[in-house]
Amino acid sequence: MIEIRFHGRGGQGAVVASQLFADAAFLEGKDVQAFPYFGVERRGAPVTAFTKIDSDKIRDKAMIYEPDIVVVLEPSLLQAVNVTEGLKEGGLVLINTEEDAKDISERLGVKNVATVGATKIALANKLGSRVQPIVNTAIVGALAKASGLVSIDSVLKAVLKLPLYADRNAEAAKQAYEATALPGGA
Amino acid sequence: MVKEIMAGNKATAYGAMLARAQVIAAYPITPQTTIVERIADLIAAGKWDAKYVMVESEHSAMAASVAASNTGARAFTATSAHGLALMHEVLMWAAGARTPCVLVNVNRAMGPPWSVYADHQDSMAQRDTGVIQFYCENNQEILDSIVIAYKVAEDPSVLLPAMVNQDAFYLSHTSEPVDIPDQELVDGYLPPFRPSIKLDVEDPKGFGSFIMPPQYMEFRAHMARGMDAARERIRKADREWKEITGRSYGGMMDMYRCEDADFILFGAGTMMSTAKEVVDALRKEGRRVGVARLRVFRPFPYEEVRYLADRAHAIGILDRAFTFGRGGPLYNETNGQLYNHKNRPPTKNYIVGVGGRDVRQKHIRGIFDDLERFEKKGYGNEGEVHWWGLLDGSTPEVER
Amino acid sequence: MPQTIDEIPPTPINTVDSKTVKTGGWRAFRPVCHYEKCIRCWTCWKFCPDVSISLGEEGPIYDYDHCKGCGICANECPVKCIEMVPENK
Repeated sequence: MIEIRFHGRGGQGAVVASQLFADAAFLEGKDVQAFPYFGVERRGAPVTAFTKIDSDKIRDKAMIYEPDIVVVLEPSLLQAVNVTEGLKEGGLVLINTEEDAKDISERLGVKNVATVGATKIALANKLGSRVQPIVNTAIVGALAKASGLVSIDSVLKAVLKLPLYADRNAEAAKQAYEATALPGGA
Repeated sequence: MVKEIMAGNKATAYGAMLARAQVIAAYPITPQTTIVERIADLIAAGKWDAKYVMVESEHSAMAASVAASNTGARAFTATSAHGLALMHEVLMWAAGARTPCVLVNVNRAMGPPWSVYADHQDSMAQRDTGVIQFYCENNQEILDSIVIAYKVAEDPSVLLPAMVNQDAFYLSHTSEPVDIPDQELVDGYLPPFRPSIKLDVEDPKGFGSFIMPPQYMEFRAHMARGMDAARERIRKADREWKEITGRSYGGMMDMYRCEDADFILFGAGTMMSTAKEVVDALRKEGRRVGVARLRVFRPFPYEEVRYLADRAHAIGILDRAFTFGRGGPLYNETNGQLYNHKNRPPTKNYIVGVGGRDVRQKHIRGIFDDLERFEKKGYGNEGEVHWWGLLDGSTPEVER
Repeated sequence: MPQTIDEIPPTPINTVDSKTVKTGGWRAFRPVCHYEKCIRCWTCWKFCPDVSISLGEEGPIYDYDHCKGCGICANECPVKCIEMVPENK
């Protein structure tokens, strides 16, 4: 089973990101679970969401404590939250940032760091506002690339089901997929 | 059939829609709110031909459901925790009036301390109302159980309201794949509600009238018969549902690898789904363990509990609720059921997951270990009710 | 009277309407209107909890088959034209 933890701020769409990525994996025949951290959510406050993906039926209903992948929707969270807590040995961190992956890798003490400038991509596609960009669809596109778990086509299929601005969101996912810097600069 | 990802609350709305509920009266409460939002959306969009009644409280929501059911309409409502407590009086009325409404309760802790998280205290405290109680472990089971609940509740030999319980957040806000059966398939399974007695302006009758002592007891005995009849109806409804969808929930109880199990954990809700993973892991280590998941709390699954007692060396009973002054409700019910049974293995009560405390595989594993120790040590009253993981040093640190 | 539980319906159903069930026998005092004083304000009619008053030419007409003699009409009457007369007189 692959366990993914998303960190964002209330209003950025971390919960929807966890659902979209789960849907993409589901469309590829996997069993999935997506859920928010069972907390009280407020706009701007740190938010956590989870996705579980497995080829077998997922029966474990507990939260995720030792993720394989951590996704950070907002670089300023690195100061507020210990995003790598419980990350499995050799686990992957994907961060929305313009910074160099190597610098972040050193700061976090994690080898596998992928980066994507999701905020810029979200704004270019008119998703959210300058103070509150909605980066979830961009980050899900990047996660498809960084993790290799699902194809970008499946992500786009999931994103196109969104009730609002589906096309712009799909475009953001596609652009982020292309723009993702993989660990080790690959 | 369409399979899609949805949260438990959406599965709830779809279940009620597929069951063709005609009147929905509900009042929002966390974590049930998205159920009523979704239902209101579906009705407003014209996808569901039903009347949504705005009410000012859960007491009124249930009262409106009873009245609707009395007219021969299929009624549905949903609530949680304090909302369910406020419904208490009308739950009693619904049962006594023999109105087979169905409600979904999102299991949430009772305050104070104020909480919105998973806990079975709210529904288990309603055990004496005469309402049938189902418990679910995944979102598919919620959708399916709503249809099954109407089938059982409306059976002329039963005629009692039914409550489908789902764990707050673990199901209500967790998205997972759910198969949405075709409407025709559900229609074939669940015929329209046609009660033999109902409110009808062409043929006026009075309902809920006063009854003198020489007859009151007979009416209550009728309810008891209805509840007892529900056992066989539930087993049958489960078999019939399996025939058309391929899905069964074990009838009255969902037993997992219990046939040859020496140590069995018995409990309700999502934590028992997690426990099944542990059973598979322990079986690989050669340990004969099993999990019995409570599917129906009322009527109580007495035959199934005796089946467990006939095999197990010891039974650990997991309660996500408490009867203050006397252990967990499931523990009491199980022990009471076994007193007159020839095989009475030792039982130990584990209070777990109260107020949404996460129940993880390591906890279940720890409980299995503890149950074996308990059985070997010989048992008595000492340590019979164990609040697992409580900050009192009673639980091994690694298993907290 | 049913002889066995199986003759009893699942829940109490009242098939006899309130019009058929006469409650006039519960009365100890009977309301009598002195029409010469009545101003036909119909306060009595509004207040009667048993719907036992109808509107007459001169004032209230009582349905003595159902009036239980509660006396609310007499109490509420602004000109005190309703008298409660003992039934045994």
